[in-house]
Amino acid sequence: MSNNRVTRRQFLTYTITGVGGFMAAGMLMPMVRFAIDPVLQTKAEGNLVLTSQKIADITDVPVKVDFTFEQTDGWYKSDVTEAAWVYHDGNEIVALSPVCKHLGCTVNWEGDPAHANQFFCACHAGRYEKNGKNVKGTPPLGPLDQYEVAEKDGYLMLGKKIANTFS
Amino acid sequence: MLNKIYDWVDERLDITPIWRDIADHEVPEHVNPAHHFSAFVYCFGGLTFFITVIQILSGMFLTMYYVPDVENAWKSVYYLQNEVAFGEIVRGMHHWGASLVIVMMFLHTLRVFFTGSYKKPRELNWLVGVGIFAIMLGLGFTGYLLPWDMKALFATKVGIEIAASMPFIGGMIKTLLAGDATILGAQTLTRFFAIHVFFLPAALFALLAAHFIMIRRQGISGPL
Ligand code: HEM
Ligand code: FES
Repeated sequence: MSNNRVTRRQFLTYTITGVGGFMAAGMLMPMVRFAIDPVLQTKAEGNLVLTSQKIADITDVPVKVDFTFEQTDGWYKSDVTEAAWVYHDGNEIVALSPVCKHLGCTVNWEGDPAHANQFFCACHAGRYEKNGKNVKGTPPLGPLDQYEVAEKDGYLMLGKKIANTFS
Repeated sequence: MLNKIYDWVDERLDITPIWRDIADHEVPEHVNPAHHFSAFVYCFGGLTFFITVIQILSGMFLTMYYVPDVENAWKSVYYLQNEVAFGEIVRGMHHWGASLVIVMMFLHTLRVFFTGSYKKPRELNWLVGVGIFAIMLGLGFTGYLLPWDMKALFATKVGIEIAASMPFIGGMIKTLLAGDATILGAQTLTRFFAIHVFFLPAALFALLAAHFIMIRRQGISGPL
């Protein structure tokens, strides 16, 4: 130790700051953890949801299929309806999310008469090819998400949202 | 590092006198527990303030999850207590603090009373203190309804009926508090919430400011 003696005043300053800091931390830590909980909560999701779309009726033209599931939002449970654009691609069924990858508006199949065979987002004129690939030069920066699909008794089931598998 | 930042700001804004004004003051021997242990009774005011700060902080955090709606209030409290990390602790701070703050305030009032500190020139601060006392009771009363469970509901029913028993204006006070002449329900809950988190805290801040400014002006009262 050097011979810099700690003065009475310094000692008091350190102890008071230390004890005060400890108390403040003890108070604030639970509250801050409480507040940031939504960021740290892990949610299990991705149960397959049955739709009313007959597999046999799906063609190679995308149709909008609504599906409803129970959503738990904190203390609030409700039935939420979302949609997917569904079509046949060879033997495969493709279900695309209608959520635009620009800023989240909803895209429509051939929503713009000037662009046949494309998805169109009315918000900022974003466009996508049939497989969800974004058209270069329009606002979206990535392809539309896809849903996992399954079949049950001839009807379509939709599962988790996954990244587009065509690009 | 911190010293350097402080000096940099101080050089430009001369902030030292500002905090010195607040922090530097005489602590007379008769209020210093290090000299006379019994002087701890002079800490009750500060402890009341400390718990009030906890109430305000924990209350602000509770409102991140709480909803003042008859359908969801109870569910949101259940959720924040059981599903959110540290929810039990944050709600516990507010729940137990609400009682403790009143205990502390009462002890502080007793100290002021038995040391005769309310006498000239401090009469006005006693009056402000009575105002703070009333606001604290109001916060306790309005907060108690918010979890919207059976205990909350019936306690508030009784409280409102007590107010309603006042001669002549009782009926009006009841309607004013409950938001409806007969129902204790949706409108009561939103009113109590608004009063609990906006109106009473605002009034409390104003009175606390007056309380503390007067204390600094007049200093602490002399020894017995
Ligand atoms: C300063 C004195 C205060 C007192 C004495 C007080 C008192 C109370 C009481 C008795 C309850 C019922 C709690 C329970 O039984 O669990 C409550 C609930 C509540 N208070 Fe306060 N409160 C104060 C300040 C505040 C402030 C400043 C806010 C917000 C800005 C606030 C927000 C809430 C909320 C959201 C609830 C409902 C959540 C729950 O019941 O746990 N409180 N308060
Ligand atoms: S949100 Fe779809 S183009 Fe902007």
